Amino acid sequence: MNGPEAVLRVSAGPVPEKPKAVRRSSPSRLSADFLFHKAAVFAAFLAAATLFATVIAITYDSWPSIQTFGVWGFLKSSEWNPVTQTFGAFPFIVGTLISSAIAMSLGVPVSFGIAVFITEIAPAWIKKPVAGAIELLAAIPSIVYGLWGLLVFAPVFAEIEPWITRNLGAIPGIGPLFHGPPMGIGMLTAGIILAIMVLPYISSIMRDVFLVVPSSLRESAYALGSTTWEVAWHIVLPYTRSAVIGAIFLGLGRALGETMAVTFVIGNSNVLSSSLLMPGATIPSVLANEFTEATTMLYRSSLIYLGLILIAVTLTVQSFAVLLIRRLGRSQGASA
Amino acid sequence: MGVVARRRAADVASKILMGIATAVGVFFLLWIIWTTLRFGISGMHWDLFTKDTPPPGTDEFGLRNAFVGSLILLAVSLSIGVPIGLMAGTWLAEYGFRGRTANAVRFINDIMLSAPSIEIGLFAYAIMVGPMGHFSAAAGGVALAILMIPIIVRTTDEMLGLIGSDMREAAIALGAPVWVVVTKVTWKAARAGILTGILIALARVTGETAPLLFTALNDQFFSTGLLRPIANIPVVIYQFALSPYANWQQMAWAAAFITVLFVLVLSLVARSVLGKVQVPK
Amino acid sequence: MTPDLPPRFPTVNVAVSVKSRDAAENDSPAQPPVKIAARNLNFYYGNFHAIKDVSLDVTQNRVTAFIGPSGCGKSTVLRIFNRIYDLYPGHRAEGQVILDGEDILTLKNIGRLRAKVGMVFQRPTPFPMSIHENVAFGIRLYERLRRSEMDDRVQRALTKAGLWDEVKDKLNQSGLGLSGGQQQRLCIARALAVNPEVLLLDEPASSLDPISTAKIEELLFELKETCTVVIVTHNMQQAARASDFTAFLLEGKLIEYQPTPKLFTTPSDPRTEAYITGRFG
Repeated sequence: MNGPEAVLRVSAGPVPEKPKAVRRSSPSRLSADFLFHKAAVFAAFLAAATLFATVIAITYDSWPSIQTFGVWGFLKSSEWNPVTQTFGAFPFIVGTLISSAIAMSLGVPVSFGIAVFITEIAPAWIKKPVAGAIELLAAIPSIVYGLWGLLVFAPVFAEIEPWITRNLGAIPGIGPLFHGPPMGIGMLTAGIILAIMVLPYISSIMRDVFLVVPSSLRESAYALGSTTWEVAWHIVLPYTRSAVIGAIFLGLGRALGETMAVTFVIGNSNVLSSSLLMPGATIPSVLANEFTEATTMLYRSSLIYLGLILIAVTLTVQSFAVLLIRRLGRSQGASA
Repeated sequence: MGVVARRRAADVASKILMGIATAVGVFFLLWIIWTTLRFGISGMHWDLFTKDTPPPGTDEFGLRNAFVGSLILLAVSLSIGVPIGLMAGTWLAEYGFRGRTANAVRFINDIMLSAPSIEIGLFAYAIMVGPMGHFSAAAGGVALAILMIPIIVRTTDEMLGLIGSDMREAAIALGAPVWVVVTKVTWKAARAGILTGILIALARVTGETAPLLFTALNDQFFSTGLLRPIANIPVVIYQFALSPYANWQQMAWAAAFITVLFVLVLSLVARSVLGKVQVPK
Repeated sequence: MTPDLPPRFPTVNVAVSVKSRDAAENDSPAQPPVKIAARNLNFYYGNFHAIKDVSLDVTQNRVTAFIGPSGCGKSTVLRIFNRIYDLYPGHRAEGQVILDGEDILTLKNIGRLRAKVGMVFQRPTPFPMSIHENVAFGIRLYERLRRSEMDDRVQRALTKAGLWDEVKDKLNQSGLGLSGGQQQRLCIARALAVNPEVLLLDEPASSLDPISTAKIEELLFELKETCTVVIVTHNMQQAARASDFTAFLLEGKLIEYQPTPKLFTTPSDPRTEAYITGRFG
């Protein structure tokens, strides 16, 4: 059988490997690849493990206090007394939640307004500078917010507070919230400063996701005669709903954990008060204030216990935030 | 009022409100920048750079130890944060791709991106200050590094992802091993973007105070040792601002001004570097 | 030349379809040997069966062209020849591809394969470095040369690619600054610098203007003296002009494989005729 078939069999037969003239591939090549790969894996592991290590380490250091006061007891107790070595988290938890609630109720609508303004209303020549200005708010370190808050804003706010007490304080029901000496600092001030601080984060995410809305959707609404507000509220917002909620959660996470700005203006009173104009404290602020003065192990451990509570709350909030923001990104095929 | 007229009124009202909202945001920004500029510049003094922080009650000026200390802390955090962040981002983009582990790492990284800095400070306290028995600059550097890493990981991951597979395949086709392809080709192609990430990370940790309160603390005197507390700008601002002394408060403003200036310059440089990113197709 | 495979006559048309007798009349007696022999090649992208039982011989020192409509698998077969599909999990090949007596598909040390088999891609992919460094990149992977030797090799490669005169004064400039056609010739120079025995070109001129395309086709004539060339092209005129043998693939199967003049003037399969007369594709 001559011809192609014979050739086929010859060339297809198994032939021993022949060493060709070696072009000098470096012998350590495999190990360099191996080392590099392992280094990269290790780095990625470190980056991810830090989260878990943080939780574990903080739990470990709060253990003495957890053992002494328990979980429910610590959360309920309003007594924070370094002298008698009794510690309770309630005022700080409430303070943290209230200051963040103020920040969110002021910050979210304003952020929404800014985001819609920049994406839908502003003429082209205003868009970029305004967007840049708002982003600049995020670049300012929190300690500068604190400094400005205490030395500049508080005195001015002290002038406004009597007006607030007179008018808002007269509203039945929530009136007592606004009674108090016009000191300029206090829970309300802290909430306002926090609101300013979260503005850039929430509004920039909102802006990003508003832009992802297909223009065909917007245009068909406009073509039907909708006004800008109607498009924003009834079309853009529902479309981006999960990412917007995610953005709000992200801002909430920031507000909950913000330390320096709050520490400067909240007045640092460990006593729960019924008025927003009175001083208070949040978990971050009491940590910042008292940590270096915590002389006993129980004292320090209790402070760290507060930190543990904070991290539990912020971790939950942020996990939701990331999930929600990513979901919209995935469904649009864009990265959020 | 008819339906159309009502809607139009609502539209106008909403536009005004949103304009006000934006104006409010811009107003506060300008207010903060303006006062920082005003008080900061008036507090500027040559002595700030040549003398150390004065003890309370004197009329002296000086921030030298704080500047040096902050620079040292930044240097330490960069030398820890950049290698880890770079390699972790590289792993995500060059080895992990879109796999399940890689996406889990990205998710965790995103959470760490907005982790409250005070928690990171507590963590650094727990693993370094506690065992060592005293506060230290090294612990401060570690805390700042942990804050930097998520940013660097994310930008590196994204920038490397932008480099198309063509270039990688061309290098592999020549016979280059993976580590050569990554370090000599892909890293090089993405270097502008990666650098931007590092600059942004640097801007983020400048001015971070809370983590330093639990790690590097402060020092009234000049020091460069890594194993003891070290003076630094943010904690000095904290201390001086809450004090009753006029010269201390002036210095707090000056330091705040310089910090804001530094962050703004970093952000501008980062933006211009990013603008020059040549994305190979 | 490998002593294992005796010079054969005829060398081509070992395809599944029985056309050998026609070819035998056209081939001259002193045929060069087979450089690459593919047998029963199957390729899968995950579950998708992309290449179905392809067998063909690539003749040494000749230009072999793969043509066919988009998606027919011509690039896929090409990419099997240097195992670049290894980069992607889920891509796998079955069958045999014998190069110089060794089966490529079971080779452990791919580095040697990639030194022997070079590839030029559809889009020019200059590395982010100078022109000189681009060409030297491949050489550096395998040899440690003195500066003067390296410059010499770079010059030779650039000359072979027909680019030397245009870039000899700007060797230190970035490769990204060249025009599209020049960039592609740079990539060819880069592949040639390591003195490959086989050069695979995947639609090298598809993104280039006609003048650059013509230059690259001229190159192929010169290259085949030292190299075995396999080129994938969607441009039939290019295949007719520049190649010695042409293989027509359709939906992953090899339909016809002939010396070029024969395939284009008297194709044996009606599908080939339909494709080359433009009735589809």
